[in-house]
Amino acid sequence: MYPIADYTEARTLEEAIEQLSSNPGLLIIAGGTDLLIKLYHGKLDTVQLLSLRQIKSLQIITENGDGSISIGSLSTFKEIGGHPIVQQGIPILAEAAMAMGGPQIRSMATIGGNICNGIPSADSAPALFALNAILKLQSKEGERAIPIQEFYRGPGQVDLKQGELLTEILITPDNYQHFGGCYIKFSMRKAMDIATLGVAATCKLNGTARFGQVRIGLGVAGPTPLRCTLAEEYAVGKAVNGLTIAEIGKIAVQSAKSRTSWRASKEYREHLIEELTQRALTTAITRAGGVIDYA
Amino acid sequence: MLKEISFTINGKKETMTINAGETLLEVLRERLHLTGAKKGCEVGECGACAVLVDGTAINSCIYLAVWADGREIVSIEGIAKGGLPSKLQEAFIAEGAIQCGYCTPGFVISATSMVESGKCYSKEDVKQGLAGHLCRCTGYQNIIRAVMKTLEQ
Amino acid sequence: MPGPGNYLQNYGNAFKNGGGKMVSSLIGASLPRTDALAKVTGKAKYTGDFMVRDMLVGKILRSPYAHAKVTSIDVTKAKALPGVEAVLTYQDIPQNRYATAGHPYSLDPKHRDVADKTILTARARFVGDEIAAVVAVDEATAVKALKLIAVEYEMMKPLLSPEAALEEGAPIIHDEHGSNILNSVGYHIGDIDKVLQTADHVFDDEFETSIVQHCAMENHVSYAYVDDAGRIVIVTSTQIPHICRRIVGQALGIPWGKVRVIKPYVGGGFGSKQDVCLEPLNAVMTLAVGGRPVKLDLSREESMIGTRTRHAIRIKIKTGVSKTGKLLGIKIDAVSNTGAYASHGHSILMAAGAKFKYLYVFEAIKYSPRTVYTNLPIAGAMRGYGSPQLVFALESHLDNIARKLKIDPIELRWKNFNKEGYADPITGNKILSCGIKECVQRGKELIDWDKKKARFAKEKEQAMNWRRGLGMACFSYGTGTFPAGLEVAGARIVLNQDGSVQLQIGAPEIGQGSDTVFTQMVAETIGIPTSMVHLISTQDTDISPYDPGCFASRQTYVTGMAIQKASLEIKEKILEFAQKMIDVPATDLDIKDAHIVYKYTERVIMPLTEVALQCFYDPLASAPITSDVSHNARFNAISFGATFVEVEVDIKTGQVEIIEIINVHDSGKIINRQLAQGQVHGGVSMAIGYALSEQMLFEEKTGRPLNNNFLDYKLPTILDTPDISVDFVETVEPTGPYGNKSLGEPPVISPAPAIRNAILDATGVAFNQIPIRPQIAFEKFKAAGLI
Repeated sequence: MYPIADYTEARTLEEAIEQLSSNPGLLIIAGGTDLLIKLYHGKLDTVQLLSLRQIKSLQIITENGDGSISIGSLSTFKEIGGHPIVQQGIPILAEAAMAMGGPQIRSMATIGGNICNGIPSADSAPALFALNAILKLQSKEGERAIPIQEFYRGPGQVDLKQGELLTEILITPDNYQHFGGCYIKFSMRKAMDIATLGVAATCKLNGTARFGQVRIGLGVAGPTPLRCTLAEEYAVGKAVNGLTIAEIGKIAVQSAKSRTSWRASKEYREHLIEELTQRALTTAITRAGGVIDYA
Repeated sequence: MLKEISFTINGKKETMTINAGETLLEVLRERLHLTGAKKGCEVGECGACAVLVDGTAINSCIYLAVWADGREIVSIEGIAKGGLPSKLQEAFIAEGAIQCGYCTPGFVISATSMVESGKCYSKEDVKQGLAGHLCRCTGYQNIIRAVMKTLEQ
Repeated sequence: MPGPGNYLQNYGNAFKNGGGKMVSSLIGASLPRTDALAKVTGKAKYTGDFMVRDMLVGKILRSPYAHAKVTSIDVTKAKALPGVEAVLTYQDIPQNRYATAGHPYSLDPKHRDVADKTILTARARFVGDEIAAVVAVDEATAVKALKLIAVEYEMMKPLLSPEAALEEGAPIIHDEHGSNILNSVGYHIGDIDKVLQTADHVFDDEFETSIVQHCAMENHVSYAYVDDAGRIVIVTSTQIPHICRRIVGQALGIPWGKVRVIKPYVGGGFGSKQDVCLEPLNAVMTLAVGGRPVKLDLSREESMIGTRTRHAIRIKIKTGVSKTGKLLGIKIDAVSNTGAYASHGHSILMAAGAKFKYLYVFEAIKYSPRTVYTNLPIAGAMRGYGSPQLVFALESHLDNIARKLKIDPIELRWKNFNKEGYADPITGNKILSCGIKECVQRGKELIDWDKKKARFAKEKEQAMNWRRGLGMACFSYGTGTFPAGLEVAGARIVLNQDGSVQLQIGAPEIGQGSDTVFTQMVAETIGIPTSMVHLISTQDTDISPYDPGCFASRQTYVTGMAIQKASLEIKEKILEFAQKMIDVPATDLDIKDAHIVYKYTERVIMPLTEVALQCFYDPLASAPITSDVSHNARFNAISFGATFVEVEVDIKTGQVEIIEIINVHDSGKIINRQLAQGQVHGGVSMAIGYALSEQMLFEEKTGRPLNNNFLDYKLPTILDTPDISVDFVETVEPTGPYGNKSLGEPPVISPAPAIRNAILDATGVAFNQIPIRPQIAFEKFKAAGLI
C-alpha cells in the first residue's frame, strides 16, 4: 500500500494542465516505475497524484511531414523499442530503449518519466543527447521547446516549470538522417541493471573515409547526461581511421565529470569512457556505411 | 482515498472499492486470495508478482490497482484451463523447470505472453523475454528448455 | 528377505559387474516433482499465502548504527497511535540468551551452539540489529509507529573487519564472551614444520572471499498465534521446523512442547533458513496481543541484512611440494568474519577444514582457523558451509603452483588425488567410494581441454583484447554433519485401505526435490508405483517425525536411510499379514507393482489392496499397518566433483564472459537424474554470481549497507547465466541407502576457483579475491601492464 492520499486521472492534456495549475501539490505519474519505488523507500511522504495514463495524444510516435520524428512523452520503452519508425529512423534510440530494465518494466516505464526524473543514469538520455532531441513542454502559458541538453540542470533537477508537462520528444531530420549510431550500456548485468556508463555515438560521414559530424552522448559520466563536444569538434573532417577513433576516445574523457562512488571509481569510469566511446563509434561508423582504415 | 474499479480477472468480472494506494498485487492476494503471484522485492526487480494485463506481462507490485479498471487481468490461477495445465505448464513440469516454485508463476506468465503471441522466438529472444525474472534455484536452464519446447510445438 | 544389507549387496554387485543393469527402475528415473503441478499452477501455498482473519502485522525497529548502546527508549507516542496493539522493547521480553544455529541439540553443554542472542537488544551490534518491535492492525500503521519510537544511542566504535575486531583495545562485542574471537579450534596432522623445511618447493598465497547473501526468492516470513489449548503455533518459512520449536522454547524460557511449528511450501533457503531469525520474536508478538495472529514478513532489504549472510574469509596457505609435483604438507590460516552474532560461525570453518582433506593426500596438515565477531550483519550457513571459501583458496593456490612448476593444472591434481580407503586421521571417517579421477577425466574430455589449451596458447601470443582461457577446480565434500553432529532422521509410513501409503517425514522440502526422491525411494522399496505414495509435504512438529531438517546435503542420505528402513518394515508387515491370509511364508513373498507375488517367479497372488483391506477390517485380525522408525546414521559419505570452464576476458573493460561451464559430480548413485541436474544448474549459477558479481557492500566508516536490494546486489539474471553442462560419475556409496551421497551443496563449491583459474589462464593475472568484478579486473590488468 503506497501512501497515496489522492489520485486523479486526466483524460486530456488540457485537463491535465488545468489540474496541475490549480493544484501545485500534484505529482505526475505515468508508468510509475520510478515514482512508486520512491514511495516504497519512503523518499516521499503521502502524495497526491495526477495520472497522465489515459491521455492518448501523448502516446503517439509519428514521422512528421518535414521528416522529423515525434515521440509522445507517454510512449513506453517497449513501444519505442518496437516501433518501426524508431527502428528505421533512429535505431540508436530503439537500442537504448531495449537496454532499459527488463520486459515488464519496459512495458510500463515511459520515456517522459525517464527524462523528467533527471537521473544521470537514464537509459534514454545518452541517445537523445546524441540526437539533439528537442523537448516540447506545455503549460497554461503555452508551449516551449528546448534542447534536451538545456533541460537537465543537475542531478535529479530538470527545467520543468511549475505547471508544465513534457509532451513530446522531437528529433529533426538533420540530426538523424544519414547518421549511423550505436548505444552501449555498460552495466554489471545484461538486464535489470543501472548503467555504470552509457555511451551513445552517432556519426555522419563525408564519403566513406572522412568524418562529417560525430556526436557522443554519455550517461553516468557526470551529474547530468552530457555531450563530448571537444571530441566531436576534433572529429570533424578527420580521416576515419584507428588513430582518429582512439584520439576521439581520449578527448571524450575531457568532457566527463566522473566521480568515485561505491558503484565505480572515477578512474575506471574514465577508462570506460575512452574505451567504450571508441567501440560505440566504431559500430556507428560501420552503420553509417563507413570503412575504418586500421593501417 | 477510495476508488471503485471493475476489471476481469481470469475471465470473471469483479467490481470493488479499493484504496488509491493499493497495488494490483495486494488486490489479487489480499482481496481475491489469488496468492499465486508472489511478493519478492516489491520494487519490480524480481518478477515474482507478474500478471498479464490485456495480454502484457507487468509486475503487479508496482502497478496501482486503479490502473486495472476496465482491463483484463490474467494471473497464474487463470493459466490452467478446466483444471488442466497449459502446454507451457506441462513443459515446465516435464523439463524440471521448477524447484522452490516461488518464481515459477512469474516465469509462466511472461512465457505465456510469448507463447500466445504467435511470434517466432529464438533461444536468445526467449532469454530476453524472461530477463525481468530472477530465479535463485534453477540457473534458468530448464526454464529456457521448457519455453523453447512449447514454442517449438 | 531383502534387508538393507541385500540392497547394498545388489547395488554393489551391479557396480562390480562393470556397472551392469540397475536392479531397480525407479532409482535413477527422472520423475517429475511431486509438487510440480501445485507450483506451476500457483496453488502451492507458502507462508505468506495464508490469509488468516484479523491477522495483525509485526514490524521491527532496526538499529541505524553498527555499534551502539541504547541509553533510552520511549514508546509512549507509538503506543498511543490508533491501530497499534503492542510495542515491545528488550525491557518487555525475557532476555534469555539463545543460540540460533540450526543444529541438533547436544546433551553435552560443551558441544552446544553459542548462545549470544536475545529477543530484541539494548546493545546494537550491526546496522539492522533488532531494538524494538510493534504490532499493529496494518502495515502502514506499524511503519508509522516505528517512526514514533524515540531511541537514544550512545555510540561505540564500529568494528567492521576482523582486523579491527582483533586490534588490541578494541571493544568487546559480546561482553559475556570475553573476546571478539568466537572460535579458533583447528587441528594438526603430521609434522608440518618438518615437511615445509624439507620440501623442494614451498608456495605461499593469500586469498579472500566476500560477504554474499542467499537471496532465496521468498523472504523470511512467519506468522504466529496462540491456539485454543494455549500453545504457540508458528507457521514459518524454515529449513528446520523441529529445531525451530526447540529454540523458540529456549528463547522464551517455556517448555518446548508448548510450541508448535508448521512449515508449508518454502521458496528457497540455501542455509539462510537453517537458522532461527524471526520465530522467537514472532512468538512474543502474539503473546503481547493476547494470542491474536501476527504476521512478521521481512522486506527484501531487511532479509538481506537482517537474516544471514555467507562469511567473508581471508585464507593464507603455505604448501610444500616435491620436485615431481607431489603435495607434501599444507598450512592454512583462516580468518572468518562472522558478523554480530555467532549463528553458525563457530562451526563453519571447522566444517570446511574437515571436508577439504579428503581431496588430496598430504603427509601433514596444520589448520588454524579464527572466527571473529564484527559489527556487520550475521553470517551463518550458506550452501557449502565454508567450503566455497576454503576450496576457492585451495584450488586457486594449486593453479598458482602448477603455473610456477610449469605443470598442467590437471596433471598436478592427478598426482595427488586421494582414493578409496583413506581414513581421516582425526575422526576415522573413511572414503568408501571415490570417483574424482573419473570426474576429471570426463570433464577434460567434455571441454576438449588439450586441444583448446593448445589453441589458446597460440592466440595468446597475439596479445589480443579479448582472450580465452581454460580453468578447472575440484572439491570434496561430506554428506550430513556426522561425526560433528548427531544425524538422526525419522520416517513414518501408514498403509491406506487401497494399498497406497502416506509418508511422513520431518525433513523439509524447500525446493531441492527431496519430497520427490523420497517418494521414489518408498515406491521402489515397497514395490508400488509412485502414484500410490502420498507424501505429506508440510512439516508440523506436532505430527511429523523428528528430523533436524534441511541442511548439509543430508536428506537423501540420512533421511533416505530412515525411509528405507520404514519402507522395509512396512513391507515386512504387509507380507506377514499376507502370510496369514494365504499361508505362504512371508519370506517367499514379495510386492511388485502393488501386487503380492511369489518372490521367485513373480507370479501374482493378489492385489496389495486386498491385504490392506483385510488388515483394516478383518473382524478378528484387524491391525492397520504402519511403520514409524528413526535412523541414527553413523557415517559420512564423501562426495567429489570438478568444474571445467572456458572464459573470454574483455581485457579493456575487465568483463568476463563464461563461454562454457561443465560440472561433473560423483554423488554416488543418482536417485532422480533430472532433479539432480537441476541442483547442479542452480549451484553453478549461484557460484557464477559468487565468482564474478555478488558482494554485499557496506559504508566503510559506518557499516551501513549500500546494496541490500535486487537492483544493487548483482544476482545473475537469465542473460548473465551461460549454458551449464552437467554430468555424473555414478559410483556406489556403500553407506548410502541407495548408493547415494551428497549433491545439494556440492555444485556451488568448485566453479568460483575454476573461473578464477580460467581467467589466470587467459590473462596470466592471478586474482586472489572474489568476486572478480570488472573494476577489480581492470585495476589488476592495468597493474599487470595489459592495459
